[in-house]
Amino acid sequence: MAYKTLIGLEIHVELATKTKMFCGCANSFGGEANTHCCPVCLGLPGSLPVINKTAVEYAIKAGIAFNCKINTKTKMDRKNYYYADLVKGYQISQDDIPLCEDGYIEIELENGTKKINLQRIHIEEDTGKLTHTMEGDTLIDYNRSGVPLIEIVSKPDMNTPEEARLFLEKLRSTLKYIEVSDVKMEEGSLRCDININVVDTESGAKTNITEIKNLNSFRGAVKAMEYEEERHIQLLKEGKNTVRETRRWDEVKNETITMREKGGAEDYRYAVDGDLAPIEISQTWIEEIRSNLPELPHDKKERFIKEYDLSEYDAGVLTASKELASFFEETIKYIDDTKLVSNWIMGDVLRRLKDEEIEIEDSKITPKALGQLISLVKSGKINNNTGKKVLREVFETGKDPEVIVKEKGLIQISDESQILEIVERVLSENQQSIVDYKNGKDRALGFLVGQVMKASRGKANPQLVNKMILDLIDKM
Amino acid sequence: MDIVKLSALEIREKILNKELSATQVVKAHLDRIDEIDKDINAFISINKEEALKAAEQVDEKIKNGEDLGSLAGIPIALKDNIVTRGTKTTCGSKMLEDFMSPYDARVVEMIKSQDGIIIGKTNMDEFAMGSSNERSYFGPTKNPVNTKLVPGGSSGGSAAAVKANEVPLALGTDTGGSIRQPAAYCDLVGIKPSYGLVSRYGVVPLANTLDAVGVFGKNVTDAALMLSAIAGYDEKDSTSYENSIDLVFEKGLEPIEYIKGMKIGIPKEIYLDEVDKRLKDHMDKVIKIFESLGASVEEISLPHLKYGLATYHVIATAEISSNMARFDGLRYGHRAKEYSSLDELYTNSRTEAFGDEVKRRILMGTYYLSMGHGRDYYEKALKMRTLIIDDFNKAFKDYDIILTPTSPILPFELGKLKDEPLTKDLTGIFTAPVNLAGLCAMSIPCGYIDGLPVGLQIIGDRFKENNIIKAGLGFEGGMKNGI
Repeated sequence: MAYKTLIGLEIHVELATKTKMFCGCANSFGGEANTHCCPVCLGLPGSLPVINKTAVEYAIKAGIAFNCKINTKTKMDRKNYYYADLVKGYQISQDDIPLCEDGYIEIELENGTKKINLQRIHIEEDTGKLTHTMEGDTLIDYNRSGVPLIEIVSKPDMNTPEEARLFLEKLRSTLKYIEVSDVKMEEGSLRCDININVVDTESGAKTNITEIKNLNSFRGAVKAMEYEEERHIQLLKEGKNTVRETRRWDEVKNETITMREKGGAEDYRYAVDGDLAPIEISQTWIEEIRSNLPELPHDKKERFIKEYDLSEYDAGVLTASKELASFFEETIKYIDDTKLVSNWIMGDVLRRLKDEEIEIEDSKITPKALGQLISLVKSGKINNNTGKKVLREVFETGKDPEVIVKEKGLIQISDESQILEIVERVLSENQQSIVDYKNGKDRALGFLVGQVMKASRGKANPQLVNKMILDLIDKM
Repeated sequence: MDIVKLSALEIREKILNKELSATQVVKAHLDRIDEIDKDINAFISINKEEALKAAEQVDEKIKNGEDLGSLAGIPIALKDNIVTRGTKTTCGSKMLEDFMSPYDARVVEMIKSQDGIIIGKTNMDEFAMGSSNERSYFGPTKNPVNTKLVPGGSSGGSAAAVKANEVPLALGTDTGGSIRQPAAYCDLVGIKPSYGLVSRYGVVPLANTLDAVGVFGKNVTDAALMLSAIAGYDEKDSTSYENSIDLVFEKGLEPIEYIKGMKIGIPKEIYLDEVDKRLKDHMDKVIKIFESLGASVEEISLPHLKYGLATYHVIATAEISSNMARFDGLRYGHRAKEYSSLDELYTNSRTEAFGDEVKRRILMGTYYLSMGHGRDYYEKALKMRTLIIDDFNKAFKDYDIILTPTSPILPFELGKLKDEPLTKDLTGIFTAPVNLAGLCAMSIPCGYIDGLPVGLQIIGDRFKENNIIKAGLGFEGGMKNGI
């Protein structure tokens, strides 16, 4: 039997504006509870919202980056419901005319590019934050109340959890590229809800859509989708169906758990918010935003391939984050060898970042240091292995590679007379390896080179050592 | 000299020429309140100490020869849905019985900056829902014209305070007639300015697209003086009008000079079944006065006027249902003592603290916004609103002002319509369409019928306040010899 999974995502992103959506309070993560508040974001009687133009600009930026149509005439609506984190009994959001509509995000799959369509991007305000204490009390912090959000709604165009992951990665890196959000899932500046169901492509039977909330990481989202996909398929196999419901991902138990069943459609009694004037966006402003938009990941990747003669894969990795791409472009200012720099970044630099679980912008290495290091290797002053060791030390201490090399006396020895003694000693101590080599065992040569390198404490030029050993064996 | 009988402009002049001190003026009015308010119940809170302190500051300024604002030393009352720091803002409701706002409304700041003295907060129908002031949690207000009568509402406390000489000026709010109808019932001038002329910041909303802060005065000049002090753009109110207008309010011209050449329309649709039959003859007399002052008066048609009240009802209750949601007992206001869940906290707090009329409107508004049939009413009402606006736009192409009676029925006795909310709603039949279209309008006294005061409504186009003020000044003069 064949099954097709349908995944749609709803992503809330906090915009990194200086002030909140409708008042002058600081928009900043954390802070002592209920200190970034005023009559407006507390919804006190008589207070009125005034829209933050920068938030609208950021949302338009996102709309352009995700290939959306921007609605030039729109409005803010009230979404009415009751909850303790909602100060006015309604959230100011957008109903039938979202700011941005009909966009798409492209993801790279093994067999090519896939377009994931976006239904809409609208602007709205965030709610306060509830904390449930061990004693059973609920504390409310309204610092987050009124923080500007965009809600990005995709169409159910993703067919595997992996596609959804790629979509989320692309979405996050793009938002970071255009500098509208810091998109940190762990701080809640990016929040993702999943809609998933499965179709039996032979019988046409399909499960009801399940909504999954409470996802704190991309990894958690992928696991939740995998879990749900399996659960839906299992039910289809048994001739059953899922319940229309909202579930939450339990990170400890590694499973989804029912939060609430969805009765009929929820009725938010949307109506225009008469406190806010209709929004009119001029084409000039849109064009101004468009022309000021930084280079987007896709364009940057194409440029890297062309300008730096990189493979599609390498260009893709280097441009996945704006910071990494600019690290690359800064580094080649110090060492004019794009392929070598690309190899170093793709190899050792990324490995170290992964080991330390940090991003390039949080590490101690600078483009200048990496450029210096690669120059040292390329010019033969240090060998490749020494280079790797120096890189590790740069990561740990942030020192200049040249200083490290000098301090530790790591300059490569390329003077034959200085190495000859060691080579002769190694050969005389390893007669069997010479015999083995002569009998065609190539590995024996590597062993001999290694012994020489070890005896020189890694400083000997390995190519030179190789050549000298071969010369000496020939003469024997 | 009986200070409390002076007009606001007279008080200002006497303070400026040092005939009176601000302290004298404020004390006289506080005494008057002490003497009479137990019979009228116009006030919920009195600002005695603060008012006296403010008066001293004005006197100090005079002593030092400093410049004075346009409201220098004039005692002013505020409807109790305009928030004030330091004095509670109850909205006439148990829900906000002890509510203290941490900030001042924009109009409060403006009054203070013009050296006006805020003397207290006035009684009102709960959350401005009502037209007789009988729906206040703090008891009904009586009409100073005749204490058996209601003062009208929902700004009935402000109207009664001015009529009873407790203050010369007061602010009210008008969503469907809540300034004009009490002005008519209390024989005063009341102005509802164009939507957006006065900032709504700090005014507890009834219906956001209809609400306007406006003024009560004993005459047109006083009302215009008060209005000019609070009108103006406010960046904190996104619906605020960005241009400024200079209002005329100087006296001294002959009535004919204000009115001559004015083109006046009288909608032929005003004499509906629900309208008091005595009003037609009375309106004919009013028209004669305008004609005698050189105006041309013609019959016009506002074909959708008759749907105005129903349209208003649907839109206003829809907005009300949403506006009232924030009063949930969680952060401020009344909280029930008994509850075992968040939902119960909401339900019990709201059940205990809201009166019947508030509950009725929340229920109806919720229905009109709900999916299914209710929604049809809301969508249709929005369309009808557009048609009503078009009617007025057409009329104002050819006419400067439109005249109607302010209320279709004359002031009624306290308690008489208590259980007839629909009849009371009817009083907005000529006033509510003005709010739907965002126009400006004034109610001005135009004589009596069988001993009951009658109000004339003068409607002007958006931000053409000067047309209604001029018409009011002229008519006021023309009325000197009676009707």
